[in-house]
Amino acid sequence: MAAVGPLARIARLGSHICRNRQLLCDRGSNRRGIASCIDPSYGLTDEQKEFQKVAFDFAANEMAPHMAEWDQKEIFPVETMRKAAELGFGGIYVQPDVGGSGLSRLDTSIIFEALSTGCVSTTAYISIHNMCAWMIDTFGNTEQREKFCPDLCTMEKFASYCLTEPGSGSDAASLLTTAQRKGDHYILNGSKAFISGGGDTDVYVVMCRTGGKGAKGISCLVVEKGTPGLSFGKKEKKVGWNSQPTRAVIFEDCAVPVTNRLGEEGQGFNIAMKGLNGGRINIASCSLGAAHASVELARDHLLVRKQFGETLSNNQFLQFKLAEMATRLVASRLMVREAATALQEGRRDAVSLCSMAKLFATDECFNICNQALQMHGGYGYLKDYAVQQFVRDIRVHQILEGTNEVMRMIISRNLLTES
Amino acid sequence: MSGRVLVGVKRVIDYAVKIRVKPDNSGVVTDGVKHSMNPFCEIAVEEAVKLKEKKLIKEVVAVSCGPQQAQETIRTALAMGADRGIHVQVTGKDYETLGPLQVSKILAALAKKEDAQLIILGKQAIDDDCNQTGQMTAALLDWPQGTFASEVSMEGDKLKVVREIDGGLEMIKINTPAVVSADLRLNTPRYATLPNIMKAKKKKIANVNPADLGVDLTSRVEILRVDEPPQRQAGVKVETVDDLVGKLKDTGRI
Repeated sequence: MAAVGPLARIARLGSHICRNRQLLCDRGSNRRGIASCIDPSYGLTDEQKEFQKVAFDFAANEMAPHMAEWDQKEIFPVETMRKAAELGFGGIYVQPDVGGSGLSRLDTSIIFEALSTGCVSTTAYISIHNMCAWMIDTFGNTEQREKFCPDLCTMEKFASYCLTEPGSGSDAASLLTTAQRKGDHYILNGSKAFISGGGDTDVYVVMCRTGGKGAKGISCLVVEKGTPGLSFGKKEKKVGWNSQPTRAVIFEDCAVPVTNRLGEEGQGFNIAMKGLNGGRINIASCSLGAAHASVELARDHLLVRKQFGETLSNNQFLQFKLAEMATRLVASRLMVREAATALQEGRRDAVSLCSMAKLFATDECFNICNQALQMHGGYGYLKDYAVQQFVRDIRVHQILEGTNEVMRMIISRNLLTES
Repeated sequence: MSGRVLVGVKRVIDYAVKIRVKPDNSGVVTDGVKHSMNPFCEIAVEEAVKLKEKKLIKEVVAVSCGPQQAQETIRTALAMGADRGIHVQVTGKDYETLGPLQVSKILAALAKKEDAQLIILGKQAIDDDCNQTGQMTAALLDWPQGTFASEVSMEGDKLKVVREIDGGLEMIKINTPAVVSADLRLNTPRYATLPNIMKAKKKKIANVNPADLGVDLTSRVEILRVDEPPQRQAGVKVETVDDLVGKLKDTGRI
């Protein structure tokens, strides 16, 4: 037993040193975007690299460890999102005078891309929340901005964007929810479908019909949870995006003060579309993050998995496939960042570029994630492995915020309309 | 105790990167490799900022020695809440041979120049694992040292430091000015917030030459060769503790 003394001391000293390093390494090493040709920090300013670093660290430490649980148990991670808001992620491109961070669209894209590596679904909801906060910040008057934006920026309150209805998705301008003026209130009747966060959020930015048919008859109202006549449908069961609840939002003689109208009557559709331009960049950015994480997971798997006597990374088909995935990821990233810059600068091509970037990036990134799953073989199909969740979560990016078919409509209209 | 805290921050290869040895065995590949602030230095910065938030000290000054890129590390410290930075410019061969002896001489000189009352460092850097700079700095200044700190508190003009040692935890009380080196469990470093990152842009970083501080950077150490650790061999299972002790004696381990 005497010999155990010095032995124990050596063992403890060794484990002390190893434990330090292990504890450091355990703090989420896999999705840190380590330098390689797909490193998302290339070409960024020092300040943008700092933003990106915070977002990556937050994603690795606060989101990635829970991403599977949030998906399987359908948990809306309110506390984690509020932590993100403490860092300034609640109103990234909202102006600082009402609590926002006042950053550019490009800064925003970089941040969402990094956060998405931790959990696509949660980041996508945060981006929708940001979009709503921006709409109120930009189109609201002083009272509305001061009433709603500060709480949204801290995520004391959460927001939802309500445009789609059971009868109007791509044909958004044909929406039927009416808002009849009665004194100093609008009385809302109708229902919205597929509303992200619906039922759990506090502030609803609702596009509704105050005038005649078409886009020009639509206004934008802010409806608060708890307003009599506001109710919600059942929580939808989805293939992905499970860390955010999706419900129908139902208005039955719901009275909303006229002072909650953003902008003028008839301006609502315009506000909605302007919100979506940025929303499309954000969603595309979320796809970029998922694809980046998936490429790294695939690469790591290829370096470890052996078949036919060698690691998969020695197989030329897989090498070439990985190269193609990396190339398309970088191409997508460049489009999204250029679109963000164009939107920030108010360039004439901004709307088309946002549509092109959304179309290209969401399609390409889904294929990348899908390929990454394939490279994992049977393991890729197991929920123990993250790659399947990236695939399921970003599949919907090709559908919402304007289907990729609608993106083609916007782009072809730009090409074919006489200017 | 009010006054100035110097925090040393070192730019090292990021902890998650797989290290590769240069083909000529002269060192480790650093070109194009992701670098970040040494994790123990992050903990040191966090502790200093916490002391400032408790109003126990007035100013946090982040110091880094190295080439131009060291400024990135100082900016990270500024984004976490340090007030200003000092970049001690060391480049080329001097930077390759820069070690605890030279850095501690620099820190000692700066501490006198800046009238610092506390120096907080990470206990060691994850690239060289020296665990010497804090101790050497204290010796050069003839200041008390509280190393491997897992808890630091101020009691008047004395510092109470709980140290992580092999036998457990040791609590000591030391006079200030003093040097403290941060261990893993001292705190959990905060994330920089977006507003703080933007504010950090406006904070000042002063450029300083080691020569101006009267520091001689000549190294007393020459690195002959760097090799990867030997590949891990398969283990052997033994039945009893006596077998284990016997095997260890056989291989000369004990």
